[in-house]
Amino acid sequence: MKPSVTYESLTALLETVADPEIPVLTIAEMGMLRGVHWQEATGEWEVLITPTYSGCPATDMIRAQIRMTLLEHGISNVRITQVLSPAWTTDWMTETAKEKLRQYGIAPPVGKSMDAALLENTVVLCPRCGSSNTHLVSAFSSTACKAFYTCNECLEPFDHFKCH
Amino acid sequence: MPINELTNQPINYILHLADDALIMSQRLSEWTGHGPVLEQDIALTNIALDFLGQSRMWYQYAASMMGDGATEDSLAMLRLEHEFKNHLLVELPNAMPSGRDWAFTVCKVFFFSAYQHALMQQLQHNADEEVRGIAAKSLKEVTYHLRWSREWILRLGDGTAESHQRMQQALTACWPFTGELFEVTTYAHGWVDYAAIKTEWMNEVLHTTTTATLDVPTTAAFQTGGLHGRHTEHLGYLLAEMQYLQRAYPNSEW
Repeated sequence: MKPSVTYESLTALLETVADPEIPVLTIAEMGMLRGVHWQEATGEWEVLITPTYSGCPATDMIRAQIRMTLLEHGISNVRITQVLSPAWTTDWMTETAKEKLRQYGIAPPVGKSMDAALLENTVVLCPRCGSSNTHLVSAFSSTACKAFYTCNECLEPFDHFKCH
Repeated sequence: MPINELTNQPINYILHLADDALIMSQRLSEWTGHGPVLEQDIALTNIALDFLGQSRMWYQYAASMMGDGATEDSLAMLRLEHEFKNHLLVELPNAMPSGRDWAFTVCKVFFFSAYQHALMQQLQHNADEEVRGIAAKSLKEVTYHLRWSREWILRLGDGTAESHQRMQQALTACWPFTGELFEVTTYAHGWVDYAAIKTEWMNEVLHTTTTATLDVPTTAAFQTGGLHGRHTEHLGYLLAEMQYLQRAYPNSEW
């Protein structure tokens, strides 16, 4: 069986799907889109996605949005498969994504992947004034993937996307 | 595939991991809206959500292994008390004998997270790719749970006279249930090195409690049974609340 759309046009559509929690970012920029394959045997496109946090409630929403986006373009032969290994890491977020996060008011993850030393001594820059004079208010914030900080310079509270 | 608890079928071990996470999640979620301050209410809610996510991944994998029509929902919502293989520690209420106590809750999360931290470090190198993926994901979350609960043990243990006394009381009450964390059942054989997990757990607990000026009880941690489906009286009530909707309205969905 031949696919009705090209790999490139399908990928381009998938890259427009936004993260429901952080609408300025797409799932591709987040590193959640792990691959697209044409399955000759079933005549289906298989879309591989990986969750950021295991309890992330946005995962079901993202599946629905992928399906809807493709349906709007007449593509219904789609199977969405969740891939757990290797586990998602903040390292997969693109630099563009990190900059967009900052502009959105969320401090992007600091450094590469999570190690114990980093977890204890992270300096998080304020996404508003850029100051390094900030303090952790709570390790958990509006969503499980973020921590809550306050800037000591401009006094603004802000979310930090935890290194993960 | 029928499940026989006395065998080392992998399904038993996967369900054991799933049950631990689910019961932990359900118990902690009882704090939702009742936290002492907003930030800590949110912290506990997020931790409960992490556990729910972990349990879903294990149940989904278990269901795919069984392949007999079982789903993550049927495994979580339609199994009976004696079929659950979670540790007794996780089903204990948030205060003894009932109610909500911050020190007791923090202590439970700390003991369990220290155990899970050592466990997931080993499981992330398991031969099974799915197990590796779930464990690696869980480990990142557990690291935050351990850090959060450790900070509270230090703050309350090395705090005021009252906070110290209440933290010590919680520690002593939780203690008898910690030995079971290192019990190696038939179905757990060959998965991880429990002796190594115990050593790492003990190091973490001794270091943190000493810094927090707390005393680790010298009495034996003797309470067991959960891994074989013999539970405390608390689990039945928890399941009754958690499973009510699925049992009253079978197959209902959100």
